[in-house]
Amino acid sequence: MKRVYVNEEWCLGCHLCEYNCAYANSGVKDMVAALKDKKIFPRIHVEGEDRITFAVSCRHCTDPICVKSCIAGAISKKDGVVRIDKSKCVGCLTCVLVCPYGALAPGEDGVMQKCELCLDNACGAPACVTGCPNRAIVYEERGAAE
Amino acid sequence: MKRYVIIGNGVAAAGCIEGVRSLDPRGEITVISGEAHPVYSRPLISYLIEGKTDVGRMKYRPDGFYEKNNCRVLYGRLAVSVDAAAHTVTTDDNAVIEYDRLCVAAGSRPFVPPFEGLDTVKNKYTFMTLDDALELDAALTENSRVLIVGAGLIGLKCAEGVKKRVKSVTVCDLADRVLSSILDADCAAVQKHLEENGLNFLLSDSAVGFDGNKAFMKSGKTVDFDILVLAVGVRANVGLVKNAGGEVNRGIIVGNGMAATLDGVYAAGDCAEGYDASVGSKRVIAILPNAYMQGYTAGINMAGGHASFDNAVPMNSIGFFGLHIMTAGAYDGEMLDEGADGVIRRFFVKDGLLKGFILVGGTERAGIYTSLIRERTPLDTIDFDLTKKAASNLIFSQDIRRKKFGGVV
Repeated sequence: MKRVYVNEEWCLGCHLCEYNCAYANSGVKDMVAALKDKKIFPRIHVEGEDRITFAVSCRHCTDPICVKSCIAGAISKKDGVVRIDKSKCVGCLTCVLVCPYGALAPGEDGVMQKCELCLDNACGAPACVTGCPNRAIVYEERGAAE
Repeated sequence: MKRYVIIGNGVAAAGCIEGVRSLDPRGEITVISGEAHPVYSRPLISYLIEGKTDVGRMKYRPDGFYEKNNCRVLYGRLAVSVDAAAHTVTTDDNAVIEYDRLCVAAGSRPFVPPFEGLDTVKNKYTFMTLDDALELDAALTENSRVLIVGAGLIGLKCAEGVKKRVKSVTVCDLADRVLSSILDADCAAVQKHLEENGLNFLLSDSAVGFDGNKAFMKSGKTVDFDILVLAVGVRANVGLVKNAGGEVNRGIIVGNGMAATLDGVYAAGDCAEGYDASVGSKRVIAILPNAYMQGYTAGINMAGGHASFDNAVPMNSIGFFGLHIMTAGAYDGEMLDEGADGVIRRFFVKDGLLKGFILVGGTERAGIYTSLIRERTPLDTIDFDLTKKAASNLIFSQDIRRKKFGGVV
């Protein structure tokens, strides 16, 4: 199963992945119209300070605790991808409370959203990876068992 | 072919079904469902009242869940006894169902104290099941004055749910503060927020008796109401296992594999009393994630697998009128108070381990803290100081981060 992996030593801390993520999931064709003067709610975020920075997004865990913990039964895993049914989410944030990676954050409307590897939007493959200028985020097979 | 029987049809039962089916696609599963509904998300009943969800979206699993998992569901039936020697369950229509493995996922029931004059109150409700919520929903009018007895999680979620639909909401509790089961003494900001959103409180005070639409309080005050909600607390349904000779305390005593003390019998969810890793002893942890994980663990072991659930901790993520509260673990040991500007951030550290936390506002990435409790991560192996103001993966060494995010085994 291909995954988004992070090469921390290559991360420039430029936050482009956050913008590309927000754009990819906006459903808006024009990047400027999608992002200009707007607070963005990306599904990947860059952590760190000074010289150490790295991007964090859903790990699509083998045994996802968010799926088991969601009080609305809104999160499920299918074909290796952890997905959320936003229509069922009530914004209780229990998934935020349990995700050991701190990878989840709600969207603008308070409803949870998460990285679904851009499989359902116009990109078809993770936009954070495609747009990373230093290959600090990659989308590849690394042999971790599914 | 193994015969599995599950008493209860809530989230623990769903976990049990999925656990069994992960190993045994063929065994016969019978679910005894007291409620006439397929499994639904009980914590969502306040959102239903509030109009933020509906009965369709409250389904915990998609339509066809029982068919897909080849389960026979007995809707509207109650188990009345378990014969541990004969391995049978008798239901309220006198059917005797044989099992090789039994999971008791019977949940809990509202505790209603024997108030004087309670029988004179026409519009009184508890707030636990979907049917409770639908009954309350039908009774609410814009002129309703609602009195809620109990300022815990259930009472306050109910208060939030009804607030916009009624004339007034008053919540009383014998405790001197709201949410006393998850907050410590110094969380007055939460009550203030609730009051600013229109809830009225009578704390250190509670109803002692009723006469029609009037409540008599311990303090001598009286409260006029149209609708009464009793949310004093809950009791685990331990009777079936107790009467069958199994060990019970507040809940049905289970080991880390969810086996009860009777042969072939397991218990999961709000009726079970299992190991709480944050206190190191057994406790009922009546929260939905725990119900699922206990049920799943039971299911695997019932099907002959080997699963252990040894890192359960109490935890709650709950919001009221836009203010998010997250808590986990035990409030034991040294308290580190890192809050500022209306944000509460308290950490409890003992024996070099994070034992618990309280966050009010500022809940981003709180799962990092929860995992430190669950995994019992020694704080001297991470840079915990970095994370007191905001949760971050920077606390881990680069090597650990490579494993977490770089796929390095």
